Amino acid sequence: MAMEMRLPVARKPLSERLGRDTKKHLVVPGDTITTDTGFMRGHGTYMGEEKLIASVAGSVERVNKLICVKALKTRYIGEVGDIVVGRITEVQQKRWKVETNSRLDSVLLLSSMNLPGGELRRRSAEDELAMRGFLQEGDLISVQAVFSDGAVSLHTRSLKYGKLGQGVLVQVSPSLVKRQKTHFHDLPCGASVILGNNGFIWIYPTPEHKEEEAGGFIANLEPVSLADREVISRLRNCIISLVTQRMMLYDTSILYCYEASLPHQIKDILKPEIMEEIVMETRQRLLEQEG
Amino acid sequence: MAGLELLSDQGYRVDGRRAGELRKIQARMGVFAQADGSAYIEQGNTKALAVVYGPHEGMGQGWTQGSQLKGARGRHMQDRERKTGGFVLEIRGSRARALPDRALVNCQYSSATFSTGERKRRPHGDRKSCEMGLQLRQTFEAAILTQLHPRSQIDIYVQVLQADGGTYAACVNAATLAVLDAGIPMRDFVCACSAGFVDGTALADLSHVEEAAGGPQLALALLPASGQIALLEMDARLHEDHLERVLEAAAQAARDVHTLLDRVVRQHVREASILLGD
Repeated sequence: MAMEMRLPVARKPLSERLGRDTKKHLVVPGDTITTDTGFMRGHGTYMGEEKLIASVAGSVERVNKLICVKALKTRYIGEVGDIVVGRITEVQQKRWKVETNSRLDSVLLLSSMNLPGGELRRRSAEDELAMRGFLQEGDLISVQAVFSDGAVSLHTRSLKYGKLGQGVLVQVSPSLVKRQKTHFHDLPCGASVILGNNGFIWIYPTPEHKEEEAGGFIANLEPVSLADREVISRLRNCIISLVTQRMMLYDTSILYCYEASLPHQIKDILKPEIMEEIVMETRQRLLEQEG
Repeated sequence: MAGLELLSDQGYRVDGRRAGELRKIQARMGVFAQADGSAYIEQGNTKALAVVYGPHEGMGQGWTQGSQLKGARGRHMQDRERKTGGFVLEIRGSRARALPDRALVNCQYSSATFSTGERKRRPHGDRKSCEMGLQLRQTFEAAILTQLHPRSQIDIYVQVLQADGGTYAACVNAATLAVLDAGIPMRDFVCACSAGFVDGTALADLSHVEEAAGGPQLALALLPASGQIALLEMDARLHEDHLERVLEAAAQAARDVHTLLDRVVRQHVREASILLGD
């Protein structure tokens, strides 16, 4: 059996290799952003003695009269219309508590959940008692977010959302998921991906029959073929290498990274040198594509 | 005390520093990918590692033996299982500890068994660790803007890997960087340093040899921009005439630490910003 060992080596900062600098105004907590009182203060700032002071380390963003500081990485802050992937943590009366990598657990009300078969009716007391039969602690779901009072409120209005079956979950920082029109992608390499805005990414084998959308209540427990599983593992490693090199995640970048990684074995993708090589190639291709 | 000159006639200390000089500081942020925020700092030979989780849902606490977890909640404890050797377990959903108007700051201090000259029997849970945890909590409650996150909890875990004097200061500095890395809003940096008093001179940033000599020692945590003191601790006898000088030496040293930490944070932010692209 072959074993690989590595010795610690000083890493060169990645930004040097890119050879470019940032034009943003970067601040750390305690820095005065401005002494002009005409501005409204947004997230990441606070007022102290007539000065606007930063409270997080990040870049200053100015929209007309509003100044806010966007931190490098934070927990997920819900916005209306976001798609998130979450895990059930508690079953309570008439609602479920869902963990979505945000400051507080999100709430999924019974009335916001699809019923099996897609019926539309008022939820009765029997439904309340059967809640645990629908979703238990540990289940993964994909839902749409409605933001309210600090805790995110979730709902699964269409049958596209619901309990997830077999697949792989990758947890990344929410700031690395790019906002797009759709978050459900069917990649040409043979797997599908859901990019949750909260940083939870779900990779699963593309289902053959797209017509039967049952909201996930029929759990598909058929064994997944080896070829599909290899594709899914490779995708997962590609996503992790993109995240380590701090690249934004969206369908094009994941696809290019997948193609760049094909010459290597799946388990080699996570080695630092190969990771850098693959991501550099992805970066170049994306730059060329942009023109 | 026997024949060890803490301050020579020419004004040099045991390790060759001047009275107000700090030890070499090296720090790095974002050491662990899994935690929300993490940082590592070396102050001379003192090495400390800080990890921050949060803000997340407020959790209660319960005691359990070993890792026998009962019930469906057990599966998710892996998410939140702490390196406490199974002594204290966090149970989700208990409302007992969540505060309705602000975030709860929870600090735990642990020193590795190999951190001191003689192997330590109990790395955590002993009186000194609990007291350190409480002091860290006081310090950070003053600096973190807790009103912005009601009903949530912020966990700060600090571990000392090598203790060569000034452990409280190194812990505070590491925890500041880790909290910044996690994106939790703070009023300002919290910079800390220790100070002592020997032969009429105030010394800044004491090493283990100087602490063990038995003179008065002061630990100070400061918010540099406003000059406000987050925590001041001393348990020794010092004449009040000398207090001001020692306090000033500690404050100046804390401001010097701030200059260094500021540089580390700016570089980290700049690099991440370049990688993400404009």
